[in-house]
Amino acid sequence: MDAEQYGEEARAKNMSNISNIDQVIFAKRKRANKIGLTLSMGAMLLGMVFLLWILGVLLFKGFSAIDLNLFTQSTPAPGSEGGGLANAIVGSLLLVGSCTLISTPIGVLAGLYLSEYGDRSKVAAVTRFVTDIMLSAPSIVIGLFVYAFVVAQVRHFSGWAGTIALALIAVPVIVRTTENMLRLVPGSLREAAYALGTPKWKVAFMITLRAAQSGVMTGILLALARVSGETAPLLFTALNNQFFSTNMNAPMANLPVVIFQFAMSPYDNWVDLAWGGALLITFAVLGLNILARVVFREKVQG
Amino acid sequence: MMSNFKTTFDLNQIDSQGGRVESVDQQSDQAAINALEVRNLNFFYGSFQGLKDINLDIEQGKVTAFIGPSGCGKSTLLRTLNRMYDLYPGQRAEGEINFYGQNILEPGQDLNLLRSRIGMVFQKPTPFPMSIYENIAFGVRLYEKLSRSEMDERVEWALNKAALWNESKDKLNQSGLSLSGGQQQRLCIARGVAVKPSVMLLDEPTSALDPISTGKIEELINELKHEYTIAIVTHNMQQAARVSDYTAYMYLGSLVEFGKTDEIFIKPKRKETEDYITGRFG
Repeated sequence: MDAEQYGEEARAKNMSNISNIDQVIFAKRKRANKIGLTLSMGAMLLGMVFLLWILGVLLFKGFSAIDLNLFTQSTPAPGSEGGGLANAIVGSLLLVGSCTLISTPIGVLAGLYLSEYGDRSKVAAVTRFVTDIMLSAPSIVIGLFVYAFVVAQVRHFSGWAGTIALALIAVPVIVRTTENMLRLVPGSLREAAYALGTPKWKVAFMITLRAAQSGVMTGILLALARVSGETAPLLFTALNNQFFSTNMNAPMANLPVVIFQFAMSPYDNWVDLAWGGALLITFAVLGLNILARVVFREKVQG
Repeated sequence: MMSNFKTTFDLNQIDSQGGRVESVDQQSDQAAINALEVRNLNFFYGSFQGLKDINLDIEQGKVTAFIGPSGCGKSTLLRTLNRMYDLYPGQRAEGEINFYGQNILEPGQDLNLLRSRIGMVFQKPTPFPMSIYENIAFGVRLYEKLSRSEMDERVEWALNKAALWNESKDKLNQSGLSLSGGQQQRLCIARGVAVKPSVMLLDEPTSALDPISTGKIEELINELKHEYTIAIVTHNMQQAARVSDYTAYMYLGSLVEFGKTDEIFIKPKRKETEDYITGRFG
């Protein structure tokens, strides 16, 4: 009886609340909403202005530097006219390419270990900690490390030293994204595979890794996008090379270092080439990012 | 116990065309044979006891249903039968589960081989990220080397068993994920059937499905029980009544009542069972 009465009262109260909207509270919330929206829009605009500014200058100066010679000729000697970036483009492709070949298997296997095997073990915890440090390590420190342990030992700069430095930056990125992507694979899928009598390694490689395939690919592409713009670790590893060379055992030209050197030079054609190279790198990174998104979207759609 | 019965771990016993059919027929007029015998089973999640002193027999070629309110341990019991719990540290089982006379809780079992003999289908459909054909061939390849044509036959046979062949025969190369929920679940059953286990464990196989898909899967269970021993966990009491030969009612980790489905549903011996079945509790 009591409960029934209380229920009626509460309902009546609720009804009156619904019909009489409190105008004061409503106005206050509308005001707060407006202020919040303005602040966040302002922050967004501020960010966009600088981003578009950078892109605008880059497009304006870069496009005027791009012509066929850029892709066919090598970097010019001091004082000579024209020239291109052929050696730097090929060098960058070689460095990033071999970095991919080295860091992908290491990164993916390590990620697989962390997610499927190590899980809560000590080794995994330490690996994760070290990987996180490596992720945020300044790239110049990594360059210095490779200089001390590779370049100083063999007594010359080389493409391989540059590749190692880039791989040291890429591996942690791949390890962490691979692990995170594998963790997103539902446990029920693993259980379903075990329920058929599948051995553990086959579950890991043929079911879990396969299910996370596009996420892992995205991680690799993002790692590539990251390393393809790195300058500092290449400065004292791959160094630079004025001539066209595909010898990984010798100093190798590459876009970031060429941009670094040419942008600060007194020669107009060098500065133009630097802008052209900057535009190339930007578009390469943009392309990699778009590709990564497309690959990832395919996964989400199944 | 069944010393004269060949252990089903022996894969050679199964010929390529589902040779288990004969063995079931041979024994049908003899005394009932138990595929699984659970004895004094206790199960622990860490320090929490999930199952308390369970004793029951799962008869070969019959459907045994487990019912009970959520958290009563029916899924846990099912997961001990193929030692699925072994994947998780901290979970352990004590007692005996005899699979044709072999205690599968003893240390040193080949769990992969065991699970290939005691298959499992889960609540949510879990197709592998590969084609429909590969979904089925994957499990078969683990333990058998078949030629391309033999494999084609096996895939067709399994899809037929799961009543999915007509719907999928034209798109065997499409991803298993492209199927509807009900079809995916039948694909998972086909995948389980394809490796020719002797026992199939079904953990609420229809709880994520619409009534029509549910009906198809129930028909399927009736078909499959001629060749496989089936244990099914279900929240749906009508389903238990429709598909099972034996029913076990569980509550708080204990087996309250176990017997022929007709008897449990028409004339339960225990008051608790009656209360649950008639909806007064749970």
